[in-house]
Amino acid sequence: MVVKVYGPVAAACPQRVLACLMEIGTEYEIIPVDLQTGEHKKPEFLARQPFGQVPVIYDGDFKLFESRAIIRYLAAKHGGHIGSNLLGRTIEEKALVDQWLEVEAHNFNDLVYTLVFQLVVLPRMGKRGDLALAHSSEQKLEKVLDIYEERLSKSDYLAGNSFTMADLSHLPGIRYLVEDAGMGHLIRGRKHVSAWWDTISSRPAWKKVMHLLN
Amino acid sequence: MALKLHGIPMSSCTARVLLCLYEKGLQFELLPVDLAAGVHKQQPYLPLNPFGLIPALEDGDFSLFESRAITRYLARKHNDIGTDLLRSNSLNESSIVDTWMEVEAHEFNGPMESIMHQLVRNPILEKPTDEKIIEGEMEKLAKVLDVYEERLSKYKYLAGDYYTMADLHHIPYMLYFMRTTKATVVTARQKVNAWWNDIISRPASIKVSESLKF
Repeated sequence: MVVKVYGPVAAACPQRVLACLMEIGTEYEIIPVDLQTGEHKKPEFLARQPFGQVPVIYDGDFKLFESRAIIRYLAAKHGGHIGSNLLGRTIEEKALVDQWLEVEAHNFNDLVYTLVFQLVVLPRMGKRGDLALAHSSEQKLEKVLDIYEERLSKSDYLAGNSFTMADLSHLPGIRYLVEDAGMGHLIRGRKHVSAWWDTISSRPAWKKVMHLLN
Repeated sequence: MALKLHGIPMSSCTARVLLCLYEKGLQFELLPVDLAAGVHKQQPYLPLNPFGLIPALEDGDFSLFESRAITRYLARKHNDIGTDLLRSNSLNESSIVDTWMEVEAHEFNGPMESIMHQLVRNPILEKPTDEKIIEGEMEKLAKVLDVYEERLSKYKYLAGDYYTMADLHHIPYMLYFMRTTKATVVTARQKVNAWWNDIISRPASIKVSESLKF
């Protein structure tokens, strides 16, 4: 069964899902959604995702949205042994994966989103970004990444000593920070965060996602 | 060994965990954290939550932070007692629960948190209330609740015809919100209002509601 993924490859949340699909080696088909023309806010798409956001997946008749719910489902349904490792095997391992997934969602994601929106998206639309807002987000992100630095000085990956969904969930956001928003110093200036980024971004699965971008 | 929850009953994130503990009928000890004295930003608290936030959970030697990771952990570990909050016996059902947990975290929580900061937290901190921010966030919240209205016209609860963690996660902020003049955005929507009245009348919800006072 081929999993259908609705969404543009260039967007962070579809990339989260694609990274998961590549890790578990599940066949997929991408159906692009044109965000520039507002396709995601039109009735046909809203019937798929009522909040008008990408991605949405269909696994046969089963439809799911919200990228972090999708990756959990895919790993459990199609991931086999690799999927179990990504989600955590024991109750405690699963809890630590969940904990760092929540950290990504609540302490990291919004700051990255603001930075990328103000420094990359608005200028691309020919508008001026709010530099003060970007700067304050950057300062907050510095403090968050100090905590990541401390964590990664004690374990190779966020939830322990193996790569999990918690690390995977960060890939799209960090790529945007480093490659598009000129915020590479946030990563490179921290020895353990930098080494972790190098490790997770050089995984074959992520390289396949990056290949799709070109 | 008893569960220890570090936090205060008035905190919405602590309340989120309390709701889960009560739904499951679990024994636990609530260890108050003196926020005014900054206990959460120093040793010995920081190893429990390096982001300096409440709550944090200790279960024997194992500790966890992020309220939504804690609730998942408790529900998963004690799957066979109390309310079935995660629907883990069915992958499809549990994935839909995951989806609406993500909706709460990414669509609902943001506007709700901003509004509550303006209406409740700012006056306590003797900061001005920004009506423009409230107006903007209320618009976002109204759109989200329109989607909920549609969803709840098809199902009794967000993830289906059964109460789950997806509904539970909404309760803490809503308990505060429904006491403000902005509550009409909920009461004006028939299905959302009925859903709210249903979930707030559960014994666990009543117990937490009584302790959410300031």
